[in-house]
Amino acid sequence: MSTEPPARRRSNGDIWPVNDLKPTATMRKHKTLFEKIFDRHVIIERESGDALLFIDRHLIHDLHFRAFAELKASGHAIRRPDLLFATPDHSIPTTARTLSDIPPGEMRETVETLQQSAEKLGFTHFDMTDDRHGIVHVIGPEQGITLPGLVLVCGDSHTSTHGALGCVSFGIGATEVRHVLVTQTLWQRRPKTMRITVDGILGPGVTGKDVILTIISHIGASGGTGYAIEYAGSAIRSLSMEARMTISNMTIEAGARSGIIAPDDHTYDYLYGRSYAPEGSKWEEALAYWKTLPSDEGAAYDREISIDAAAVEPTVTWGNSPQYAVGIGGVIPDPAAEADPLKRADMVSALEYMALTPGTPVSNIKVDKVFIGSCTNSRIEDLRAAAEIAKGRQAVVPTLVVPGSGLIKKQAEKEGLDQIFSQAGMQWREPGCSMCVAINGDSLAPGERCASTSNRNFRGRQGKASRTHLVSPAMAAAAAVTGRFTDVRSLD
Amino acid sequence: MPAIEPFKRFSAVAVPIDITNCDTDQIIPARFLRRPKDDPDYPTFLLHDLRFASDGTETEFIYNRPPYRGGRIVVTDVNWGCGSSREAAVDALRANLIRSVIAPAFGDIHYGNCIKNGVLPVRLTAEACEKLRLLLHQSPGATISIDLPAQCVTGPDGQRYQFEIESLDKQRLIHGLDDISLTLEHETKISAFEREYLANNRWLIPKASV
Repeated sequence: MSTEPPARRRSNGDIWPVNDLKPTATMRKHKTLFEKIFDRHVIIERESGDALLFIDRHLIHDLHFRAFAELKASGHAIRRPDLLFATPDHSIPTTARTLSDIPPGEMRETVETLQQSAEKLGFTHFDMTDDRHGIVHVIGPEQGITLPGLVLVCGDSHTSTHGALGCVSFGIGATEVRHVLVTQTLWQRRPKTMRITVDGILGPGVTGKDVILTIISHIGASGGTGYAIEYAGSAIRSLSMEARMTISNMTIEAGARSGIIAPDDHTYDYLYGRSYAPEGSKWEEALAYWKTLPSDEGAAYDREISIDAAAVEPTVTWGNSPQYAVGIGGVIPDPAAEADPLKRADMVSALEYMALTPGTPVSNIKVDKVFIGSCTNSRIEDLRAAAEIAKGRQAVVPTLVVPGSGLIKKQAEKEGLDQIFSQAGMQWREPGCSMCVAINGDSLAPGERCASTSNRNFRGRQGKASRTHLVSPAMAAAAAVTGRFTDVRSLD
Repeated sequence: MPAIEPFKRFSAVAVPIDITNCDTDQIIPARFLRRPKDDPDYPTFLLHDLRFASDGTETEFIYNRPPYRGGRIVVTDVNWGCGSSREAAVDALRANLIRSVIAPAFGDIHYGNCIKNGVLPVRLTAEACEKLRLLLHQSPGATISIDLPAQCVTGPDGQRYQFEIESLDKQRLIHGLDDISLTLEHETKISAFEREYLANNRWLIPKASV
C-alpha cells in the first residue's frame, strides 16, 4: 500500500521501514469522538498503530524556555509560528505585574527568554502586562485558541484540560515539543478508548472537582494508562464549560493523557465571539463540522465505566496520589483492611507522610493554609463558588486566591469578588500556576497541611515535605473559614 | 543535545525502589526544572528529596547506599513516572547513567520520554517486579541483564522474563534514532497533507493577533 518512492526507503533501510504504511482513512463504521478527530489528522499510519498526526495548535509556557536555543543549535526553524501560542505561567511570582518585578535570577531569565524568543521568532506571546496572559490551560479556551475538532498539544501534562471543548489534546515531553516546533506533526500510537458515563443529578455543593476525584479513586491513578477517555452522560452534559475543564484537566491523574467531552451548545455558546475563534462564514463552516463530531451510535469502546452522579459527595484526598480520596463525611481508611500488600504498604507510608491516623473523621483534620487556584480550579465559576463561602466570614488560616488569567482577575474584580476575599482576610494575587507547582516563590513550609484546589497531592509538590489535600474551590474556602475540612453543605 | 546512545544488550547492578506511583515530582522536584542539563549538580536532582535531608546530608535511601549507588537499572512498582510531563525526569536518570527502568506500568508521557532519550522502560508483571526487587534486596550489588533485540530480562537468579515493546519504539532504542530527521524524510507527504487539510478547513487558521 506504500506510495512512498523507493529513494526515501533507501535512506533509512530497515531501521525505519516505511513499507507498512496504510491508507489514512480507517475502515471502522461507527467511530468515537476521539477516533473521528484522530483519523482526520493522520498523515501516515503504520500497521503497528503508530500514526504521524498533524498538530493544529501548539501551546508553550516558560519552562520550555530552552527549546528555542536548542532548535537554533540543531539548525532547525519553527515550521508554523502562526499555530504556536505562548505565555509565562509556572515561573511568575503572583506579586509581580511586570518582568522587572521579578527578582533577577532563574525565574526572570525563564520568563524573559520566552518573551524574547517570541519577539524574535514571530509567534504569539501573551506577556505579563497583557490581560490575556495566565495559565496556559486557562487562556487557550478563553481566547478561542482551543476549538472542537482540533489536535492540540503542549509540553505540560494538564493539556488534557482542552479536551473539555471537544478536541484531542494531550501533554508531551520536551523532545516532542521540539518535534512539533520543527515539523508541526507528532508520532502517536492509537490509544485504547474508555468511556466514563456520569448519569444523574449532582447534589448541592457537589462540583466537577468532586466528580473527577471520585472517578480517579474508582479507576485508580493508573486505571486510564494507555487509554483516551471520553466523558459522557447526563451529568456531564449539564455541567458548565468551567466544570468540564476541571474534569478533563485531571484526566492525567487517572493515567490517561487525553479526556474529551463531546461539543454541544454549551461549547458553542462559550466559544462564540472569542478572540481567536472563527467568525462569520468560517464559524458556520466550523459549526457544521463540529456537529458531526459526537460519537456515533454503536461506536465501541475498549472499556466502559458508569458513575452515579447522585452518589458523589464533596471529596477530600488524604494520600500522596489523587486516587486516595474520601467523601467529607468519611474517615481516613485503615491500611489493615487493604488486601494487596503493596498497596497496603503504600497507604501506610502515605499516612506517615501526611501525619494522619486511620479512622480519623476527615472533618477533624485541621489545615495550616489554603490555596485556591491552578489550571484545575482558577476560572471565574471557581472564584464565584469560593467567594460565596468567604462572603461575610473570616479566614482563620492564611489563604491564597490566584485567578487563572488576567481577564478572569478583571472579571472577578468587576463582580467585587476581590473585595469579598480581601474582607475575609484572604490574599488576592496576580495570575499564574502559583502554589500548584510551587516554583514561583509561593510554597508551603515543611510539614504544613494545605487544602488546595490544585491537581496533585504528590510528596513535596507544594514545597519540600508539604502535605496537600485536594478539594473543590467551595470546600477550600470552607476550610479557610473554619480551619479544618468542613462539609460545604453545612455552611449557610 | 547529547546524542542518544543506542540500546541493545545491557547488564548492570540494579537498584530496587519500592515505591508505588513514584511520580515525576519525586523523580525530580519541580524547583530543579529551570536548571541546564549540563549543571554539574544534575545527578543529585534524581529522587532528591528522598535522598537528601533538608540540611543536605544523605539519607538512608537505598540509592545512596553502595553498591546500589552505582546501579544503572531501576526495578520499581506500578505507575513509575506518573504525573508531570517533565522530561527532566529522564535527564536525571541519564545524568546518573541509568539506562533502564523495570516496572509493572509507567506513566504514559514518561514512558515516551524515556524511549526518546535512550532509556529503556521495561514492563514486567507486578509479580516479576516484586520478585526481582526481593532478590536485589537479598543480594546487594546483584546484576540484571537486558537483551532488547530478544526482548528478554535475566534476573540475578538466572530466571528469564520476556517483555513486550512496540516495534517502532524498539527500533528507536536499538538505533538511537532521532525522530525529527526521520519525520522530515516524509516532508513531501506532510506538505501535501498540510496544504489540502488547511484549504479544506479555513476556520482552523487562527485569526491574526488582535
